[in-house]
Amino acid sequence: MAGADVIPDPMEITLVIAKIGLVLLVILTLAAYLVFAERRILAWIQDRKGPNRVGPFGLLQPLADLIKLLTKEDFCPPAGDRWLFFLAPAMAAIPAIMTFAIVPFGAPVRIFGRDLPMQVADLHVGLLLFMALSSIAVYGVALGGWASNSKYALLGSLRGLAQLISYELSMGLSLVPTVMLARSFRLSDIVAAQEGGWFILYQPMAFAIFLVSILAECKRIPFDLPEAEGELVAGFHTEYSGMRFGLFFVGEYINILVLGGLAATFFLGGWQGPLLPGLLWFWGKVLAFAFLFIWIRGTLPRLRYDQLMHLGWKVLTPMALVNILATAWWLYLAGSSPL
Amino acid sequence: MRVIDDMTAILTGLWTTWKHILRRPVTIQYPEEKRIPSPRYRARIILTRDPDGGERCVACYLCSAACPVDCISMQAEEGEGGRRRAAWFRINFSRCIFCGFCAEACPTMAIQMTPDYEICRRDVMDLVFEKEDLLVEHCGKDPEYNFYRHAGIGVTQPRGEGEGEKPTVDVRGLMP
Repeated sequence: MAGADVIPDPMEITLVIAKIGLVLLVILTLAAYLVFAERRILAWIQDRKGPNRVGPFGLLQPLADLIKLLTKEDFCPPAGDRWLFFLAPAMAAIPAIMTFAIVPFGAPVRIFGRDLPMQVADLHVGLLLFMALSSIAVYGVALGGWASNSKYALLGSLRGLAQLISYELSMGLSLVPTVMLARSFRLSDIVAAQEGGWFILYQPMAFAIFLVSILAECKRIPFDLPEAEGELVAGFHTEYSGMRFGLFFVGEYINILVLGGLAATFFLGGWQGPLLPGLLWFWGKVLAFAFLFIWIRGTLPRLRYDQLMHLGWKVLTPMALVNILATAWWLYLAGSSPL
Repeated sequence: MRVIDDMTAILTGLWTTWKHILRRPVTIQYPEEKRIPSPRYRARIILTRDPDGGERCVACYLCSAACPVDCISMQAEEGEGGRRRAAWFRINFSRCIFCGFCAEACPTMAIQMTPDYEICRRDVMDLVFEKEDLLVEHCGKDPEYNFYRHAGIGVTQPRGEGEGEKPTVDVRGLMP
């Protein structure tokens, strides 16, 4: 990227905008099809067929869903806070999309005589930006539930707040060892540091903690307490309808893709892998994570609230702290070249 | 150890759902695929005829009396040869619960259940079936049975000449 004092050349700007547009397109399309894939895979798990009527194999189902959501009434509860109510879905979806800006999704390519990193923004504090954005995403849940002025929504958003804050802690702590190993917050450096061996080999414990934490961050079963349809109707988005509900919904799936991509970046070597091109490796890993999430959703029951808090504060966070200490000790003993 | 037990439980669950992903779905895609119900399936009700082609129904009102939802109504009349028959016979399928009590009650095997379950109609009034809608040109499940060969004495044949019937006894000649 060009420095702030230099006027960036138009070619560079064009390329960056093209990259942003492409990433947005791919992410939104993938998220829509992830909804479809989830419905099909859950159906198979339950010995059903799933949606297969719209188009061949039901492949046009996301389009039909989109038309349905767009033409539905956009309702705001009369007692609700209109502005916050309309703002909340965007606050849930936008940080999820923005997080993808820092994810390196392929090997750098040479195009028009310049090196183009397959990443929208290679920030030197990329990991911190991810943590910050995932903290902002909490506001979508909190405000959505608060502005609805409904007891179910409020309970859901209270649960969501407590859950997201608790698991963000263990998620952040489980990423510290990868930073210690890569000696950088920059995501491209973290990927480059895994050329010799993926961090999952050195940090299986951190990977396990991160996996459980991102499951909770996505508010997925078995951590879907903020939504908990059996108890809270639909939790924090009970009062939402139409495309605003759709934004919450698609934001959740974008979150799955982004967090899957980050898990791949931090622990599974990002876009690196033998034989196949980097793009395929990266998206393959992301989709594998998405499948894992769907598979877990089809398998596990929801945790009780006290179990959720117990797991977060008394198991994952201490484990992550011990893991950091162990990694530090190991790095101290191994000297300057740990890998 | 508890952690190992818990992990085993989760992995067992994942293995079970994995097996189900690969299993054939049990779904039957209804309008395209139809399952064939058993011959004893209780759906659309018909009025059958006896092997000679005559109406079996003698309008005895037993089905109407047995019906728990009162969806059968009729009017009896005397047809040719002194046989009882239904002047009109009506089943309201919007009320019918397909319990089969009418078919059980019928002494002449006239009213029977069929496996034809596709009797939806756009208009609820189309679900009121009249006698001409109910009457079919076959004997249903009892192709041999003819009520008037066993009963209906004096109506279709002289006394003592029915199937398996002994000749009438002259009560005056029974004197010792």
